Amino acid sequence: MAQPAERTPTLPPYAPVPEGTHAPLDFPGYRSTGLRAPVRQPVILPHRLTEVTGPLLTGPIRPGDDDLTLGEHGEAQGQRIIVFGRVADSDGRPVPDTLVEIWQANAAGRYAHRWDDWPAPLDPNFTGGGRVLTDAHGDYSFTTIKPGAYPWGNHHNAWRPAHIHFSLFGRAFTQRLVTQMYFPDDPLFAQDPIYNSVPEGARERMISTFDLDATRPEWALAFRFDIVLRGREQTPFEEPHA
Amino acid sequence: MSTDRPGQLTPSQTVGPYLALGLPWPDGPDVVPEGTPGAVTIGGTVYDGAGEPVVDAMIETWQADPDGRFDHPDDPRGARTPAVEGFRGFGRAATDDRGRWSVRTVLPGALPVFDALPVFDGAADVREAPHIDVSVFARGLLDRLVTRIYLPGNAEANAADPLLSSVPAERRGTLVAVAEAPDRYRFDIRLRGDGETVFLQI
Ligand SMILES: [Fe+2]
Repeated sequence: MAQPAERTPTLPPYAPVPEGTHAPLDFPGYRSTGLRAPVRQPVILPHRLTEVTGPLLTGPIRPGDDDLTLGEHGEAQGQRIIVFGRVADSDGRPVPDTLVEIWQANAAGRYAHRWDDWPAPLDPNFTGGGRVLTDAHGDYSFTTIKPGAYPWGNHHNAWRPAHIHFSLFGRAFTQRLVTQMYFPDDPLFAQDPIYNSVPEGARERMISTFDLDATRPEWALAFRFDIVLRGREQTPFEEPHA
Repeated sequence: MSTDRPGQLTPSQTVGPYLALGLPWPDGPDVVPEGTPGAVTIGGTVYDGAGEPVVDAMIETWQADPDGRFDHPDDPRGARTPAVEGFRGFGRAATDDRGRWSVRTVLPGALPVFDALPVFDGAADVREAPHIDVSVFARGLLDRLVTRIYLPGNAEANAADPLLSSVPAERRGTLVAVAEAPDRYRFDIRLRGDGETVFLQI
């Protein structure tokens, strides 16, 4: 334990998250934060080895995990869509070979989960989970159905806008991100505290864009959702190293 | 829209109550395979601000191998095949209906501290004590919470650890696991209020 630390000046930390990017943890409009958001200020964790590394997972992915419409007995009900985009860091560098996981409600707005019991139909051919790795350019693509909106108990007549949950790893613990993708022009945005918990100017980045060029004729509509993870701090100089 | 201002970070959102549809894997809690010599279980209960167990959370862990190495190209010492066969470094466990989670792993090694970090205090023999980085996801958390697990058998290394030293002494204990058996450690997570776990801003 007493040996001198190895020293190599080659561990640039990740850039700080700009103010106004994420929601405050304590957001009273979203009632579940009330018993769960910490009240104390976080302690700063400088980026060291454990933070600038992370799991470079290549699985678990099985064939068909990128197509949520393939049910056990047939095709899922609903509007077939392609959800695709590029994962990059904030320096614009694509993030290749990184695991992207999604989960979502069915076309009627119901999750295939034992706790979701609102009276909308379940679809025996839709379980709602998908996984894919980005390719060498950081691109990913899923085939799924457009999820429905659903009510929840947060406030009177509360409805979640249609959304797909996304989970990403990037290359480092620091880059880990879970978010939600929304659809353009949803009239439910204005009353949704989860969407609006993110500051104006940033929340719009969670809205996918309809992409006619990527639409497959006589098959599926397409929505583009590009995702930006934290990038490295700009280093003031480059030092040669082994 | 998502494409017109490249370079701007995508905001975080909550996992919501139904993360079980997309995130858990059958072998998620296995940082090392069953039967690995020296394997330990690390786990505990997640509590909310009312002291109730959180039954819809997910915990992820990330750590060095027992030699303090990472199989990752951004480790300036070079990526290295783990010292333990089948070691993944990463664990993922959803909480159960009593708010409990656990992973099976091997204890991490100590880590060197590298100079390029602007906040490093410059002491020549400082090393990071063995630790595991933790992410906490749940309904009601608009961003993940980050914390660290330290181990109770490393009192000297823990006392010299730069992060632990920066935490007020009376709260340090929330970051140190409790040994319940030679191969079992408990690490409870209190999201809010009395005994609140120290969470970290990265
Ligand atoms: Fe949802």
